[in-house]
Parts: sequence; C-alpha cells; structure tokens
Amino acid sequence: MAFLELHGLTKRFGAFTAVEELSFAVERGSFVSLLGPSGCGKTTTLQMVAGFEAPTEGKIVLDGKNLAGIPARERGLGIVFQTYALFAHMTVEENVGFGLEMRKVSKAERKRRIAAALDLVHLSHLGDRYPRAMSGGQRQRVALARALVIEPQLLLLDEPLSNLDAKLREEMQLELRRIQREAGVTTLMVTHDQSEALALSDSIVVMDQGRLRQDATPFDIYETPQSSFVSRFLGKSNNLSARLDSTGSEGSALVCGSLRLHGPLVDLRPGPVEIALRPERIALVDPEAGQLRGTVAERVFMGNQWLLRIETELGDMLVMRYNTGRAEAEEGEVVGLDWKPEDIRILPVEETSA
Amino acid sequence: MTTQTSRAWLLSAPALVLFAVLLLVPLLMTFMLSFNSFDFYGGIGTDLSLANYAEVLGDSYFYEIFGRTFLIALITTAICAAIGVPQAYILYRMSPFWRSITVLIVIGPLLISVVVRTLGWAILLGNKGVINTALMDIGLIERPIRMMYTSGGIVLALVHVMVPFMVLAVWAALQRQDPATEAAAESLGARPRTIFFRIILPQAIPGVLSGSLIVFSLSASAFATPAILGGRRVKVVSTTVYDEFLNTLNWPLGAAIAMLLLVAVLIVMLSWNSLVERRYGEVFE
Ligand SMILES: Nc1ncnc2c1ncn2[C@@H]1O[C@H](COP(=O)(O)OP(=O)(O)O)[C@@H](O)[C@H]1O
Ligand SMILES: [Mg+2]
Repeated sequence: MAFLELHGLTKRFGAFTAVEELSFAVERGSFVSLLGPSGCGKTTTLQMVAGFEAPTEGKIVLDGKNLAGIPARERGLGIVFQTYALFAHMTVEENVGFGLEMRKVSKAERKRRIAAALDLVHLSHLGDRYPRAMSGGQRQRVALARALVIEPQLLLLDEPLSNLDAKLREEMQLELRRIQREAGVTTLMVTHDQSEALALSDSIVVMDQGRLRQDATPFDIYETPQSSFVSRFLGKSNNLSARLDSTGSEGSALVCGSLRLHGPLVDLRPGPVEIALRPERIALVDPEAGQLRGTVAERVFMGNQWLLRIETELGDMLVMRYNTGRAEAEEGEVVGLDWKPEDIRILPVEETSA
Repeated sequence: MTTQTSRAWLLSAPALVLFAVLLLVPLLMTFMLSFNSFDFYGGIGTDLSLANYAEVLGDSYFYEIFGRTFLIALITTAICAAIGVPQAYILYRMSPFWRSITVLIVIGPLLISVVVRTLGWAILLGNKGVINTALMDIGLIERPIRMMYTSGGIVLALVHVMVPFMVLAVWAALQRQDPATEAAAESLGARPRTIFFRIILPQAIPGVLSGSLIVFSLSASAFATPAILGGRRVKVVSTTVYDEFLNTLNWPLGAAIAMLLLVAVLIVMLSWNSLVERRYGEVFE
C-alpha cells in the first residue's frame, strides 16, 4: 500500500468536469510531479488533497487513512502556493514560525526549529526581513521553509518555480531537489513545465483534460510515451501518420507516405497508427544513404546544439544535432535522414479531442 | 525636453490650468486677505499685519472651536473605522453578484447631496422630530432628548456621510492581499477566527489608515453638516469662518481662521502619513 493513494478522484464544477476518475499512488519519500497543460485540473487535484476542495467522487488515502471530511487545518500538510502566499505583515521568522505557533510549540523549541528550517533553505541571515524586501527566489525559499518547518507528512507544491526567471528557475530546481531529499519529505508537485518535471521527479503523472494519460518514471515517460499527446507534451517529437502492416518478433513493418519503415515490436493491431521520432535520434547522412531525403530549410544555433527544420516529402522534420565543433549541414543543403528502427515509437491514433 | 515629456505636460495642461485657477488662486487670495486690517466702520483696510492671527491665537473662544472641530473629526473617524472594517470584510467575502449590488448600496449615499441627507437627519433628530415623537408616543421618554444642535448629532450625520470612504479604502486593501494567504494560514493549522485576526485584519490596516486620513480631513473641514445640525450653538471652524465672512463681514479674520484650519489639517495629515510610512513602508507595497 502506497503512502498517498488517489482512487477514482473526480471533481465537477456544475456541468464541467475538472478532474475525472484520477487514480495514482505516491510512495513514501518520493517526489512525484503532476504534469499537464494549463487548465487540465492539476491545481484542482492538489486542492482536493490539501482539503480546500471536496471531491465529487472518489477518495484520497494518506498513510492508510481516508482523508474525507478532515478539514485542511487538521491534515498537517505543507503547501507551497504558486504566489507563495507569504504573510506580508510578518517577518520571515514570524512567517516560518506561524505553523508552529498554531501547534502551540513552546517558544524555545519554536526558535530552534525556525533556525533549522531557515538553515535548510540557506536564509539564516534574513530572518528579520519582511517578504517585500526579498527577491522572488528568496520568497520562494521562505515559503518552502514555512511549509517544511511543521514537519508535514506530505509536501504539496503548486507550480513552485513558475514565477521565477529562467536562470533562477534552473538553480531552484536543483535546490528544490536537495531540500526535498534532505528533509526526506514525500512530495507532490504540480507543474505545466515538462523540463521541471523531468529534472525533479522520481515519477511523473501526465494529465490532460482532467484525465490521467500516463504514470511512469521520467525516463520511461520520455522514452516510451504511450500516446501521441504524451510524446508531444514531453520534449520535441516528429509525429507522423502511418499504417501498421504487421508486427512480430522481428519488429514492425510500417507504411508512411511512400516510405516503408521498420519499427520495434508493438502491441497494436495492423491499421492506422502514429509514429513518433525524437529530433535527437535522427542522424544526418548522405542524401542517397538515409531513409528519407530533405532540404535544410532553417538552422538555429543554440550553443550546445543545432536545431534544424528539414523539408521532406512527409512534411517538416525537426532534427537536433550536438555541436561537436563543426556544422553538419548548411541551410539549403540536401541531406539524408537516418535513424535506427528501435528509435521509432508506434502509437495508437488519438481519438480526436478538442 | 524630450517629446515624451513635453507631450505629457501638454496633456496635463488643461487639468493644471483648472487646478491653478480654481484652487491655487482663491487660496492665495485668501492667504493675502488674512493679513489685511479690518474696521467695523471702515471695512477692509490696506495695512498688513499679523493682527488677525494674533486675535485667533489669543482668544480661548477660538481654541474651543478648534478643539471641538478636531474632537468631532476624531470621533467620526473612529466610529467610521469601527463600522467600515466589518462592512468592508463582509463585502470582500460576498459572491460577485451580491457584492456589486452591495457596493452600490454602500456608495449610494454619496450620490445624494450632503444638504439633502443632512436635512433628513434634521427631520429625524429634532425635538419634534421622528425619533423623539416616536419615543414619546410609546412612553419611553417624557421630554424630548436634545439631539439637534449637539456635537453628537453632528458626529452621527458625519459618520453617515463618511462611512463609504472608509469602506472603499479598507475594501481596496483587502482586495490587494493574496487570497492564498488565507489558505496558507489554514493549511498551517489556523482556525477561521485566528485567520481573521492574525492574517486578514493586519493586512487591511493600511486601508484603515488611508481611510482614516480621508475621513478625518473631510470631517474637520465639513461645512454643510455642522451648519445644519449644529447651527449657531455648536460652532465648528468652517461655520465660524462662514459667519465671519457673511455675518460679521470681517473677511480678513475669516481668512485667517480658514488658513489656520488648512495648516492644522495639513499638519495632522502629513504627520499621520509619515507615521504610516515609517511603520508600514517596509511591509506593504
Ligand atoms: N471553483 C471553480 N469553479 C468552476 N470551475 C473551476 C473552478 N476551479 C477550477 N475550475 C476549472 O477547472 C479547470 C481546471 O482548473 P485547474 O485545476 O486550476 O487547472 P490547472 O491547475 O491544471 O491549470 C479549469 O478549466 C478551471 O476553469
Ligand atoms: Mg494551476
């Protein structure tokens, strides 16, 4: 039995279903991300776990205990809000100490634990500042310290890094991971940023339109997406319509436009499918040698890599090449594209959704 | 000057001209008038002196009037805060539909002339007014309670006029706060009472302070309400100025009193403001 379990969780606002039949589990001490596009019901899910919204159906079980009917203030969860929600009229120490005060922790003990929490987030020197006089990253740390100081069973993070600028966000990703490991607290994070979810999580739950799409480790989610949606939502992907002719122990035979391709074995019936190919798995070869020919339409240099848009008979293909010290192709050049059959992902055709 | 700033000046020009003509010029003329001499038979003289100021500052009669004015303003402010804060909080918690209706009700009084509203109070408060008649009819009192021509009556009517300003100021402050702070406090174990007193109220304080500033300065310089409800018996500074101008015809003395009121209100406002800045400048944006 996992530490946190969601069973068939559903939330309806009137006729609108924000979360539908959502079930997943979070192991003790692990870091799980709830990933999905804006408006897919992530915050609503978090609010139900936190106790701010009541589920329409389904249940939430934390450490073997059904949370139904337990008010938010008695759940003892640490929550970091997207806006941080710091108390503007209290100093950093007062902010962090608020939860302990509510738990009637003695003054001396409070002082000790506030100091330890501020130490954990590297803010010991700013204890008597007001939030207003702090940077976004510092406020973020205060919010974390305030949530962690009560030694919560579960830490809930709602888009914790989305209000930071790009560089700070990368730094805070590492910080967040370190703090979570040091505190050893089971964490459920909500984010719409796939790179954040990949970098931080032990496990990722991908959601779309209120429904679970895939629940796996970051590596598996990226390597073996189970739907077109997941393949396109995490990282870049070239997705093409194709037809599956046959599949067996020696692999699959596919028809894509006028091309005949080989792919790995799949558990799908012959018929229309979608194939996904990661840009970094495509090699540039001689025009005659590859599986597909194309013209380099655009080349973007990104420092450690080149991103190329190549016009082919199957449409535009995105190719990513590492910068190893020389340009592999110029704009306008005709190139061949090649890949290994096992790099192809064969996905069921998505039933058209809005 | 860059085109940007010159355009800004150009666009502000109409307002600035209006401001100068309608406010600064009369103010300046009043200021100059306050130094002229006055003689009951000869009228306004041309020699300048500080005699008018000396007369006001040397007469306990005027101290009493200034004291009463500021006491009325202070009590009005306190009552407005006591009524306005809960009212603003209720407004803040309402659903959008009811809130828009209630805001209209709250601001409603501002749409009616102060004179009309105050005359309404006069009808209610008079010795033969609605309240006294009703109380006497049901036999609770034998003789009418004097409410007209008292400071209490003035405070009552001023509160009625000023509460909307307090409500709007406090409401604005409540709306500026992050609604997630309440959820944060709750998740940390706070009960609704604690959330109200420890989280919501403190964040509304800047609104109470700015509302108080508005209410106090408007009450201290209010004219229509004390003129109608206080009459000749309960004089405040503004009605005294009016009497000097229109009854005694001693314009220079009236001007001097007006200038003293202006300076006194300004001093109160500025020191209040700097107090607020010092206390909350670091805390709130
Ligand atoms: N209180 C509510 N009443 C009605 N609709 C809501 C409410 N809260 C959220 N929703 C709707 O539910 C959907 C999911 O919202 P949310 O969980 O905030 O999405 P996310 O956090 O994934 O961006 C949105 O379409 C939103 O408009
Ligand atoms: Mg959200």
